[in-house]
Amino acid sequence: MLGNHGGFILAAYGIAVTVILVLFVWIVVDGRSQRRQLADLEARGVRRRSARPSEGGRE
Amino acid sequence: MRWIDYANPTRFLGLSATLLPWIAAATGLTFAVGLWLVFFVAPADYQQGETVKIMYIHVPFSWLSMFCYMTMAGSAFGTLVWRHPLADVSAKCAAPIGAAFTFLALATGSLWGKPMWGTWWVWDARLTSVLVLFIMYLGLIALQETIEDPARAAKAGAILTLVGVVNIPIIKFSVDWWNTLHQPASVFRAGGSTIAASMLVPLLVMAAAFTGLFVVLHLMSMRNEILRRRIRAMRMIEAAGAE
Repeated sequence: MLGNHGGFILAAYGIAVTVILVLFVWIVVDGRSQRRQLADLEARGVRRRSARPSEGGRE
Repeated sequence: MRWIDYANPTRFLGLSATLLPWIAAATGLTFAVGLWLVFFVAPADYQQGETVKIMYIHVPFSWLSMFCYMTMAGSAFGTLVWRHPLADVSAKCAAPIGAAFTFLALATGSLWGKPMWGTWWVWDARLTSVLVLFIMYLGLIALQETIEDPARAAKAGAILTLVGVVNIPIIKFSVDWWNTLHQPASVFRAGGSTIAASMLVPLLVMAAAFTGLFVVLHLMSMRNEILRRRIRAMRMIEAAGAE
């Protein structure tokens, strides 16, 4: 199906899938880490200035 | 509400959370159609045979390597001129994605070049200018990571990004200005595309799919960066309160 140079075609698609998957997983793991750290800070009562009730609860 | 109001990071987080699943689904669907066209519909090339299937990923990666850099350049302009709150976030988050796409353009090009040209690499103008683009991406990532203060890192990164824009027309026109082993432009050229519709349609569908992938990855990464900056601000407040 892929002819005489099937190895080159498979290698090209393989490396593309691998790099994109690594990038995607890295971004997902980073996002989870950021959300966990944010939740920890909020659980300790730390608030951003713009999120404090005294300032009208504005974001 | 004006469109510019979505530049507010909190509004951006809300809007991107709504849009991301739809863009991701559309991207997945486009990839499914594109891969079906590539592997079951598109014909083999009369000279290259099935090796032409590498074109359907190599060309989109090459286009996106430049598109991503122009996205960064637009964001850099926004950082320097308007000090837009999301401009720096956009530029910083596009860099690793651009580096990955540029690496893939080089790697898939090399894997296409070996069976067609008989060599993995030549120092011709197109290949060398794309390698320079890859090195510039790495340099910008390193610069952003080296400077601790986000405002200073943003300004330095924006200046370097705008200086590097000069490389984009060099990449685009290198095949016209110099004798290169790399073929000249065959899609976006004066006089129209020279590729048969049976190959052009799958190529454009794959390009649309990869563009969707870039948008999804970029939005996800920008959401992470906004949270990272909030965490930094909250830690500084916490540290100031503890003194």
